[in-house]
Amino acid sequence: MTARIGVVTFPGSLDDRDTQRAIRVAGAEPVALWHKDKDLKQVDAVVLCGGFSYGDYLRAGAIARFSPVMEPLLEQAKAGLPVLGICNGFQILTEAHLLPGTMLRNDHLHFICRDQKLRVENAETAWTTDYSAGQEIHIPLKNNDGQYVADAYTLDKLEAEGRVAFRYLDFNPNGSQRDIAGVTNEAGNVVGLMPHPEHAVEPLIGTGRTDGLPFFTSILKKLVNA
Amino acid sequence: MARVVVDVMLKPEILDPQGQAVQRALPRLGFDGISDVRQGKRFELEVDGPVDEAALARIHDLAESFLANTVIEDFTIRVEEVAEAAK
Repeated sequence: MTARIGVVTFPGSLDDRDTQRAIRVAGAEPVALWHKDKDLKQVDAVVLCGGFSYGDYLRAGAIARFSPVMEPLLEQAKAGLPVLGICNGFQILTEAHLLPGTMLRNDHLHFICRDQKLRVENAETAWTTDYSAGQEIHIPLKNNDGQYVADAYTLDKLEAEGRVAFRYLDFNPNGSQRDIAGVTNEAGNVVGLMPHPEHAVEPLIGTGRTDGLPFFTSILKKLVNA
Repeated sequence: MARVVVDVMLKPEILDPQGQAVQRALPRLGFDGISDVRQGKRFELEVDGPVDEAALARIHDLAESFLANTVIEDFTIRVEEVAEAAK
């Protein structure tokens, strides 16, 4: 038996297939979820993938956050269901207040697409145990609205509680406060980041490394050993 | 029927790179004497029925939970009577 990991497709999602593939490469079973689904098909974890759900109208993630599928997801995430939000998925999780802060337009106002160096700051979340704390990884980054912002109190709290999960290294690509690339909730089951681990799971594509794969092997191990 | 206008603006302490880009373009276009530009959103809600306290309270909830992200944005609500005579 392996773990079943749901991948939600919203109108405008782009990376659902890549995310399903990454889950398969890691050895788990991907389960396609649709934004209109009213239940999560008994999956063991969920990934909200990248893209431009609802055309990023209003604000990135703001409309997707009210999709039918988000209702059971919110309820179960609060009860411990592991959820990973990548890029647009991270934006949806902040709009849903499962994660603190929010994302603004990149400070330079350009879409950015590059291989990005990150430091894994927290290797104890449900999605990062196959990394070691302080490990440096290279994965792709591609977005328009990637500038992470929160008020100073929230930022200090995140730092103090070890909830800054990933930080940009060498170069801050979007003006994110304190170089924050991703954060986790208090319990460590809900994690969001702007860069794309699912595009770096095979040596042939992405950054030419498999630095994103441990996201998916981490959650698989956690679920299978649970 | 009345129109309720919700204006959403980034909080003063939040950097507005779009507003800055507009502001930087002004001298090139011959507009001088504008020291700052902030860009926001305006929503015009056409309300069926009377805009009473209950309706405004519902619109306040809508603005707070959906039209604005209060982590980064403030909003104001005002009623704009649609002049019957103009129809």
